[in-house]
Amino acid sequence: MADIVVKTEDVVKEYRMGSNVLRALDGINIEIERGEYISLMGPSGSGKSTLFNMIGALDTPTEGQVYIDGQNMSQLTQRQIAAFRCHRVGYIFQSYNLLPVRSAHGNVTLPMIFAGLPERARNEKAEELLDMVGLGDRMYHLPDELSGGQRQRVAIARALANDPSIVLADEPTANLDTVIGREIIDLIKSLNEEQGVTIISATHDLKMLDVSDRIVDIRDGLVERVRSRDEIDIEVGEVGGH
Amino acid sequence: MQQRTPIEEQIDLPFLESLRISFQSLKIRFGRSIITTAGITLGIAFLVSVWMNNEIGIALQESGRQSTINTFEETTQKGISTKDIWLIVMSLIVCVVGIANSMLMAVTERFREIGTMKCLGALDGFVVRLFLLESGFQGFSGALIGALIGTLGAVLLGLKDYGLDLFFYFPLFPAQPEDGPRQLGVIVVILLGCFLGMVLAVIGSSFPAWRAAKLPPAEAMRTEV
Repeated sequence: MADIVVKTEDVVKEYRMGSNVLRALDGINIEIERGEYISLMGPSGSGKSTLFNMIGALDTPTEGQVYIDGQNMSQLTQRQIAAFRCHRVGYIFQSYNLLPVRSAHGNVTLPMIFAGLPERARNEKAEELLDMVGLGDRMYHLPDELSGGQRQRVAIARALANDPSIVLADEPTANLDTVIGREIIDLIKSLNEEQGVTIISATHDLKMLDVSDRIVDIRDGLVERVRSRDEIDIEVGEVGGH
Repeated sequence: MQQRTPIEEQIDLPFLESLRISFQSLKIRFGRSIITTAGITLGIAFLVSVWMNNEIGIALQESGRQSTINTFEETTQKGISTKDIWLIVMSLIVCVVGIANSMLMAVTERFREIGTMKCLGALDGFVVRLFLLESGFQGFSGALIGALIGTLGAVLLGLKDYGLDLFFYFPLFPAQPEDGPRQLGVIVVILLGCFLGMVLAVIGSSFPAWRAAKLPPAEAMRTEV
């Protein structure tokens, strides 16, 4: 049996805006296997970012359940949710979300501070991670002093600080140009291949198609279709052939 | 890699670690911190100067001295006049609103940061404690400077009104004359000013910080200022 790391059951999310109710997710059922690279695709407003937030325990569904590692997320205590965000998941955002007052190094150490790692161990780990993403020489720069691509690399290093089994990336390339975006995708893909990290990425960047194991198309708060690697290859081949 | 191991409970951070993070934040955001602190300083300086001026007036009148210039009829009367009470209450309101406003702004512009910290595993309590420490420090230092400025202002005004007599009858300590109103004295007014500034800053910042910390991170990060 496949090792399911994320499972959603009829997840519904409604936002109240005055007297209007906006149904961002309308009953989502997906299963994600350990070690997969999944892309959630869909136009703006399709609900993919909302789904991303549900899977990452950044928001709670109005109805339905989210299971991660077999745990029903709605049954966790506040402390367990904080520990879950700290240890199990790494987040990468479109707008990087680095803390402006902490250097690259300070941003990467923060999740390790929350995890209670001793100072020496977390400093070493941060240096190692920043070296890995190619920022060994800019470790003590503030986010303001770094380019967009460099900031996203810091965010990736930070996401990996506590060795998460899942990395969630919300439009990680949307604010970057094609070349830098490609580099970021390659970096994320290498985490997936070399370290077996499950990658769940919300995106509408077509470059992400190449590297995904499966693509979940979201439209109007529903799963429109799920495409596997083989189907993607055929489609990409067709596009390339014409 | 963890496989279906039950999710553990998040640990509390040692106090020293919170202290370090909050001071680092104040230091790097120095310019912004100064502006917030200046808001507190101004409010307390205004309140303390009005209040202190009143204290000095009462003390000097108790001593039988009269204002050398006698511009206002009230200064020749004994005790606190309605106008003085009015002035103190008004300055208190200005002070409360000013400080609450600057703290609210300072926290609101950091909602995204709060959301991000929660994504990285911060407990709600940690976020609140961070703001409590930052605002407590800002409140105390801002209010202390404000109280000193206010005192200086009141002394200068007193010198103008009473000349050097001011220093002979300077109301440093609390006093309770038999037939006069109770006097708090300069030291107590300064201490009260500091206390008030700190309490207002802490309430003004930890209340919105608590509200932000309670939000799901996705919502806190969405907040635009």
